[in-house]
Amino acid sequence: MNSWINLDALWKIIVVGVLVGAGLPALFAIGVRALNPPARTDRAAATPPAAGPIGYLVAAVCFAVVLAAIGWGVSVIVSHR
Amino acid sequence: MTGNDVVLALVITTGLGFDFTNGFHDTGNAMATSIVTGALRPRLAVAVSALLNLVGAFLSTAVAATIAGGLVNSHDVTLTVVMAGLTGSILWNLTTWFLGIPSSSSHALIGGVVGATMAAAGGSAVKWQGLVSKVIVPAALSPVIAGVVAALGTYLVYRLTRGVSEDSQRHGFRLGQIGSACMVSLAHGTNDAQKTMGVITLALIANGTLSAGAKSPTWVIASCAGAIALGTYIGGWRVIRALGKGLVEIDAPQGMTSESASAAVILSSTDFGYSLSTTHVATGSILGAGVGRKGAVVRWQIANRMVVAWLLTLPAAAVVGALAYWGADGIGGTAGVVAIDVVLVLAAIAFYAASRHPAVTPENVNAAWTGSVVPRAARRSGP
Repeated sequence: MNSWINLDALWKIIVVGVLVGAGLPALFAIGVRALNPPARTDRAAATPPAAGPIGYLVAAVCFAVVLAAIGWGVSVIVSHR
Repeated sequence: MTGNDVVLALVITTGLGFDFTNGFHDTGNAMATSIVTGALRPRLAVAVSALLNLVGAFLSTAVAATIAGGLVNSHDVTLTVVMAGLTGSILWNLTTWFLGIPSSSSHALIGGVVGATMAAAGGSAVKWQGLVSKVIVPAALSPVIAGVVAALGTYLVYRLTRGVSEDSQRHGFRLGQIGSACMVSLAHGTNDAQKTMGVITLALIANGTLSAGAKSPTWVIASCAGAIALGTYIGGWRVIRALGKGLVEIDAPQGMTSESASAAVILSSTDFGYSLSTTHVATGSILGAGVGRKGAVVRWQIANRMVVAWLLTLPAAAVVGALAYWGADGIGGTAGVVAIDVVLVLAAIAFYAASRHPAVTPENVNAAWTGSVVPRAARRSGP
């Protein structure tokens, strides 16, 4: 069975796929969300709410992690002989 | 120039021709979603993708020699076999492109070479276990994995950005989408350009120009990189449209999640030793991005059509490859190889001519989906 299907590689691909492929977009979404806090219903909708310092910090951390992961991806390609 | 040199030159140009079809057939894998959401203008998208394919082709040359070596006995491979195999793969690639079906160029190449080898040396020349474990099993699993990852990512993204206005959502995710699409383009260059390098290197080995086990010479790497980049830049608008408009109506967040899933699955499997089809992964991801969003339009009959084409790719390219081998072998020698090359060129011209009326272009690639790859003309007639 093992010579027909490489189970060891398979589960690693699934784990990395889920963490990176779904995790990074989710992180990116948290960043977008932090920059764009939801509008309060009790205030006039004319002025969209701006993100506070914490929002900016959260967004910066999220985007930095995403960028670092992209750098990791490129290094994987390059180092792959 | 002896007859063998003529054959070798023909095989190399045909190999580069295949690489070119590989480029335009697969532009959509990386860029279809960015084009339909307006993250990048169509021509800019294909230019960026072409550049990254070019860079990617130079970055890594690991798979180059394994593609044919692990699947068929290389001492059964002659120049005529390589030529016939390439003929089978190009013709299948052109057929599926014309129909707007994102089928795997790698499978077309493998099918063509396997078919031609079987015609030349019988079924025992094919390493069946290699074919199943390296080609068929990954092909069956990879779209499912990519689809599940993309669906999960899409669900999370929409869940997390609830309440964010549609405008800021679109603005943010378009940027992210460009980044993830660039990763897929780069990965595509490292994967697919190498397959042609492998085949051309195999031809050089078969001819005795290179010793067995030699690495691809620099001019082979450079010309393959150039051919796939040029093909990507030409852009397979039919496939782009089928993927981006036909399969699922894509929004920017879905575009980003599907490309991220594709990039993650392609890169991790390259690293863990699975070679797989970029096309299958990209299609699975786009489908997953459709499934993961509540209320998204997913056209399952188009997905079915694509899966049928995937199942047909290996055998169909193999049959054409075998026919081409028998044709060339029947005529014999240099004349035989020249003959199938002439047939191939004529067929390519015919496909090109047929694709012009009406054509799918950067201008109409984003037109509303009306049930066919070719957008219906602006006139408002009945159904």
